Amino acid sequence: MEETLKIVVLVKHVPDAQFDRHITGANNTTDRDESILSELDEYALEAALQLIEARGGSKAGNQVIALSMGPAGAVNAVKKSLQIGATEGVHLSDDALAGSDAAATSLALAAVIRHLGADAPVDLVLTGMASTDGETSLVPAQLAERLSLPQLTFASSLDVTGGKVVARRDGDTHSDTVEASLPALVSVTDQINEPRYPNFKGILGAKKKKITTLSLADIGVGASEVGTAGSLTVVESAQARPPRTAGTIITDEGDAGIKLVEFLAAQKLL
Amino acid sequence: MTQALVFIDNPGPALKKSSLELLTIARSLGDTAVAFNGELHDDVAAALGAYGATTVYRPSAADLDDYLVAPKAAYLAAAVAASGAGTVLLENSADGKEIAARLGIKLNAGVITDVVGVDADGTAHKSVLAGSYNTTAKATSAVAVLSVKPNSVDPEAAPAPVTPETVTVEVPADAAANAARITARSAKPASGRPDLGEARVVVSGGRGVDGNFGPIEELADALGGAVGASRAATDAGWISHDYQVGQTGKTVSPQLYVSVGISGAIQQKAGMQTSKVIVAINKDAESPIFEIADFGIIGDLFKVVPQATEEIKKRKG
Ligand SMILES: Cc1cc2nc3c(=O)[nH]c(=O)nc-3n(C[C@H](O)[C@H](O)[C@H](O)COP(=O)(O)OP(=O)(O)OC[C@H]3O[C@@H](n4cnc5c(N)ncnc54)[C@H](O)[C@@H]3O)c2cc1C
Ligand SMILES: Cc1cc2nc3c(=O)[nH]c(=O)nc-3n(C[C@H](O)[C@H](O)[C@H](O)COP(=O)(O)OP(=O)(O)OC[C@H]3O[C@@H](n4cnc5c(N)ncnc54)[C@H](O)[C@@H]3O)c2cc1C
Repeated sequence: MEETLKIVVLVKHVPDAQFDRHITGANNTTDRDESILSELDEYALEAALQLIEARGGSKAGNQVIALSMGPAGAVNAVKKSLQIGATEGVHLSDDALAGSDAAATSLALAAVIRHLGADAPVDLVLTGMASTDGETSLVPAQLAERLSLPQLTFASSLDVTGGKVVARRDGDTHSDTVEASLPALVSVTDQINEPRYPNFKGILGAKKKKITTLSLADIGVGASEVGTAGSLTVVESAQARPPRTAGTIITDEGDAGIKLVEFLAAQKLL
Repeated sequence: MTQALVFIDNPGPALKKSSLELLTIARSLGDTAVAFNGELHDDVAAALGAYGATTVYRPSAADLDDYLVAPKAAYLAAAVAASGAGTVLLENSADGKEIAARLGIKLNAGVITDVVGVDADGTAHKSVLAGSYNTTAKATSAVAVLSVKPNSVDPEAAPAPVTPETVTVEVPADAAANAARITARSAKPASGRPDLGEARVVVSGGRGVDGNFGPIEELADALGGAVGASRAATDAGWISHDYQVGQTGKTVSPQLYVSVGISGAIQQKAGMQTSKVIVAINKDAESPIFEIADFGIIGDLFKVVPQATEEIKKRKG
């Protein structure tokens, strides 16, 4: 039997890309109506669930803690994670967090992870490869730096055995095998697995699972360290680009390939 | 005094176009230095001088490539301190963004990713939310760390070449203390075509190609372009994931993007919608890809694409 694991999975609540997304307000932040659990974080959650299921699940003492930082509505990302199978949830919410850049976000999330490790250490922090709104991929690397954890990011495969983590990372010109000992931080790509959907039993069961709401005071972080005050970047302007409009659409009547080349020639693209 | 420091990691025998772009941007900010890692070939050293790098820093340690990202950030932090640079420029790859991320924490510096332009005062331009907004952002810290996308500027050599001074930077002893080790590396076969992220022309195939990328490759070759794909095509195993364009693949912004047998899902559009000219070939008139196409053809790709390829070859002689 493998060692039991205490895993923290980071789940971000993001504007749904299926709707028009907007940047609003004095600090140029995204409008959070119509928000969902960031699609790419479902892969991290699935990876966590597969690891604990191989070790006898929550009955054997394994934990998958879904952690989200964000305004009141972000608790929905935590709830969705519980429905899918996380064993408990944590929501970091504080008005002072609004407008946090990656540096401020990673500072706050690192403090929560330390807080969660106070009673029993966290073995593994799992994240998505990027959020689907900011899309910077900065937070996982910054968390690893702040927590002095080995970073195994953009993992397209993951194996945890005997306290050792092995991941595959595919680059443009080569593919690497990366190894470290637990505790570690791993971000996963959408190549790693096929995330499950919540089933009826999961949805019912989630109502009984614990969600802890934390404020900055609970994790010992000052208001000036996060939010716009603690951020090291500022968005000065945001301009909606005029949406692309459809151009010429033709139906092939046997010569569309020629017409295409004529178009390219006229655009000086040949 | 150095204003801008460019990080260049293992370029091999020649600098990539994206590195030349970084050097061009750096020079627009002032005196430029390079923090280099890996073997420095003579041609590369000459190119660094031609692009105006007055100093080339090199790490005291030779084992940075044995670990993932972390020790490179430690080296770069030491190079920033040695140079006194106020702006650090890196490529916008996974490695580049993550080295930038960790450097930001080490130096208490703001990091801006996906940059497509930098003004003389350090203001960074980026296109966000799948190309639906153009934003400007600035680091409020003493040092700004920017990762810059390819095809952001036209590379331009310095008015007069310089001979850079080489300086060795001491890599901190604990640089790899908590780093994950790279225990195996397998090289991927080179395609012989232009790099997808940097290409002027990209021809992408989707589920509609039904396992046959031949017509896509032939059109790409006739146009001197790169081959791309939708996730449906890479998931089906018809082509490697390296060629995927979109949210979880490459973001491309070529002069010409030809979308073939791709429906135009939001995750696909996220990776190509800032292309200059978009051409779509799809047999379904209702496909969302036509909403963003400058030139659309409703038709069977297996008829239209080979005909276009033949015509291009004929015209090019
Ligand atoms: C369009 C846009 C552009 C931005 N550009 C920049 C920029 O260039 N530099 C900068 O410093 N900030 C930037 N920001 C702010 C940045 O998005 C936020 O700081 C955000 O909280 C974290 O970064 P991210 O969304 O890019 O996450 P990423 O680093 O892409 O997220 C990777 C993973 O980290 C975890 N994670 C991230 N945020 C949370 C969270 N709040 N709760 C739980 N888990 C989380 C998730 O697992 C996620 O999959 C930008 C924001 C927007 C909307
Ligand atoms: C988390 C996540 C991340 C994702 N990331 C990406 C990503 O990075 N990139 C990406 O592309 N997708 C991504 N997707 C998948 C995306 O949602 C779509 O499923 C995918 O783009 C569909 O690929 P397609 O257009 O090739 O296939 P389909 O949607 O099946 O479209 C095939 C098209 O081919 C046309 N066609 C068929 N035969 C012919 C013919 N003979 N001639 C002409 N036309 C023909 C059809 O009319 C149809 O429009 C992601 C999804 C998720 C959930």
